[in-house]
Amino acid sequence: MKPLNHLDRLESESIHIIREVAATLRNPVMLYSIGKDSAVLLHLALKAFAPGRLPFPLMHVDTTWKFREMIAFRDATAEKLGLDLIVHINPEGLERGIGPFTHGSKLHTDVMKTEALKQALDKYRFDAAFGGARRDEEKSRAKERVFSFRSRTHRWDPKAQRPELWSLYNTRVGPGESVRVFPLSNWTELDVWQYILREKIDLVPLYFAAKRPVVERDGMLILVDDDRMPLNNGEKPQQLLVRFRTLGCYPLTGAIESSAANVEQIIVELLQSRASERQGRAIDRDQIGSMEKKKQEGYF
Amino acid sequence: MTAQPPANLSIQTFLAQQEEKDQLRFITCGSVDDGKSTLLGRLLYDSKTVFEDQFSAAEAESRAYGTQGENVDLALLVDGLQAEREQGITIDVAYRYFETPRRKFIAADTPGHEQYTRNMATGASTADLAIILIDARKGVLTQTRRHSFIVSKLGIRRVVLAVNKMDLVEYHQSVFNEIDEAYREFAERLGFESIHAIPMSALNGENVFARGERMPWYGGPALMPLLEEIDIRREETDKPFRMPVQWVNRPNLDFRGFCGTIGSGNVTVGQEIASALSGRKSRVKRILGPSGDLKTAQAGQSVTIVLADEIDISRGDVLAAPDALPEVADQFAAHIIWMDSEQLIPERKYWIRFAAAEATAQITDLVHAIDVNTYDELAAKTLHLNEIGYCKVALDHAVAFDSYADNRNTGSFVLIDRFTNRTIGAGVVAFALRRASNIKWHAMKIDKAVRARANRQKPCVLWFTGLSGSGKSTVADRLEQKLHDLGRRTYLLDGDNVRHGLNKDLGFTDTDRVENIRRVAEVARLMVDAGLIVISSFISPFRSERRMAREMMDADEFIEVFVDTPIEICEARDPKGLYRKAREGKLKNFTGIDSEYERPEIAEIVLKGAEADPEALADQIVAYLDRRAGR
Repeated sequence: MKPLNHLDRLESESIHIIREVAATLRNPVMLYSIGKDSAVLLHLALKAFAPGRLPFPLMHVDTTWKFREMIAFRDATAEKLGLDLIVHINPEGLERGIGPFTHGSKLHTDVMKTEALKQALDKYRFDAAFGGARRDEEKSRAKERVFSFRSRTHRWDPKAQRPELWSLYNTRVGPGESVRVFPLSNWTELDVWQYILREKIDLVPLYFAAKRPVVERDGMLILVDDDRMPLNNGEKPQQLLVRFRTLGCYPLTGAIESSAANVEQIIVELLQSRASERQGRAIDRDQIGSMEKKKQEGYF
Repeated sequence: MTAQPPANLSIQTFLAQQEEKDQLRFITCGSVDDGKSTLLGRLLYDSKTVFEDQFSAAEAESRAYGTQGENVDLALLVDGLQAEREQGITIDVAYRYFETPRRKFIAADTPGHEQYTRNMATGASTADLAIILIDARKGVLTQTRRHSFIVSKLGIRRVVLAVNKMDLVEYHQSVFNEIDEAYREFAERLGFESIHAIPMSALNGENVFARGERMPWYGGPALMPLLEEIDIRREETDKPFRMPVQWVNRPNLDFRGFCGTIGSGNVTVGQEIASALSGRKSRVKRILGPSGDLKTAQAGQSVTIVLADEIDISRGDVLAAPDALPEVADQFAAHIIWMDSEQLIPERKYWIRFAAAEATAQITDLVHAIDVNTYDELAAKTLHLNEIGYCKVALDHAVAFDSYADNRNTGSFVLIDRFTNRTIGAGVVAFALRRASNIKWHAMKIDKAVRARANRQKPCVLWFTGLSGSGKSTVADRLEQKLHDLGRRTYLLDGDNVRHGLNKDLGFTDTDRVENIRRVAEVARLMVDAGLIVISSFISPFRSERRMAREMMDADEFIEVFVDTPIEICEARDPKGLYRKAREGKLKNFTGIDSEYERPEIAEIVLKGAEADPEALADQIVAYLDRRAGR
């Protein structure tokens, strides 16, 4: 029999984790962020329960500042696969018109993302939330467990995390407590792309190079995605051949100049690249250890 | 070093090769200052896994916390949490990912301080290989012995001894040889399959990715080529088939699949497999792998198995090769690593989690603790954080498992605190224990009530009475089937299994009939005491003997079931031809013909044997039992 290759191993490990949640937790949800990791996660979940349907809903926490193409892709995917999709927007944030241009990236992320996620988890009383985070993304995530426990107030306490041995996961939670589950923990960015190629997984077109209107701001190439983006003096959008390595709120996500227009080309580019994927995200660079602080506060 | 597409290869071919890499998981163990983080930083840096922005971040941090003067401190590439960066120590298990053109690697980076034994056990539990670091200046230390012991207990069979900091002993061959010999001497008892010793300088990158020029006397491979070449064919594939059932997939009435990850061996469509808990067998009808139907599947794959027959299997059961079933027992001996700041309390009950099975567990006997430095066995009353003990464990119900030496997947477990839900211990099974090995729960006397609770049912005897041919046996059979399907534990006593053994010395005189019933009632009483639902199916024609049986049981445990079928109908049925023989005078003392049947006056359940079919009559009893148990 042909031995399993690394993608087969990762795939089976993730399916095992996803099934374990469905078998042992009361009310799980899959957080769907529309990006490539979410796409892989969803693909694996569908496999885990085939020929049945997903035994839990998907939820997208919409900050209202996502790329328009992401929202279109989200709705088309939910429609095509017949998914039970919940979209949550922080109503107070919406009412106050919180946004990255007017309130800065930190407040925007706090209110529209971190707060909104806590609200939604409380509202639907989910006790488990799948996320697509990987350990290779950032140094502080290298120690994140597959099952990451959160207190009643959604805080992450590094000392309260449980040892994980073998593939034996202790999935018990107390009343009001919850767990974030990361089935892609052991995947690298390259694994994700190789799997997308092998499985022919559909992605938001923003991942692939195209001429797009961007302005350069603080060393990042920001896509002018809609007319809410104020242009500073002398700023003029220019059409550049760009793509995105990660997707989030368009004002906070930098594009890279690239001509990689399909998955094969992206993999080749990635193998030759020397800059890690979080480089495009503004929030990680505030200060040393900033990601760790965000995690303690409940940011995914 | 990460894969660059060579110019003469098409992209498609190159990508296909990339996809076919296998995966090696290893653990690095070393003490503070052995240079472990530096070695890992070197592996990441030299495999070009470190990206520019991460390297710049490490540069910035080197200026703040670095220990390498002007040079970038490679250890800062791997040290994760802020607290530990400031303290300069590693305080948890971190996982690192890198690859070479040959393989993908997942490294578990675990700290070596004494108080962090649990982290090392965690990292070792999923590793194929261990790299044990030794500072060449210090040689084999206490912690080296400790690391090696934990690694061997967790079942790792391949060890690489990285004798680091050779630059600080001027690359002397004799220093290396002494360490190598000393290590092999004490490691002999740990049962490693292979030990590769490599002299290196992680700081200078010597013998890490390539052979260093400073140690021409060393003839072996550098670390990286060794990790790329070493045979990691997983033994799991050759072992008997095991698949712990995680989840039963029933999307509709036409599909029932058992989901799980194959723990060992392989499985093929058409093959016979068994449920470890019930022992019932069936054939594999379909195997659904991650990408659809498979003809065969192997250890490591998550699959959904459809069986040819409807067998009652649920989460916690193990699908297994019928000729090599796992143990099914509620007691076993195991090594346990304690992982919580609150010590082990032998009287306390904990939750125990095997691959998919869960139970309540109690440590009935802490045989000894083990000094991980000297390997001495010590008398102990408890285990504290990071201590290892050899224990006997009792469960509230039997589960399927193997010894850890036979199977890492089905031989491992974790212990969970029932109040805080913390994972407080991890263990590896040594072997199953039988009841006969005379182990008792310390905390309480095992009595009828405890056994009944363990069986999750209210024990009783259903005492059938009625004429020959009234339908007792048929209804009793249907009833037992129904109760079994509901998960009840039952036993059916009837003429067939009693007359030929226990009562084979008895005939059909009135005295013998009374003795027959007395013995049956006595056996039923023991079985009720054992927590079973007993069904007895005998004519039992005399009121006095039925009363005798009733009086042996507790008040609500005796349920008389009168199968009231008119004798004309019984005689017309005459399933065994006994009425005919009795009428012809060939059979003496036959109830209803020449021996009296005394109708019950106070039967709890009266079944009209002529008016309803056995199915409905059995349902009538199930409904009675449900009401009785308050279900």
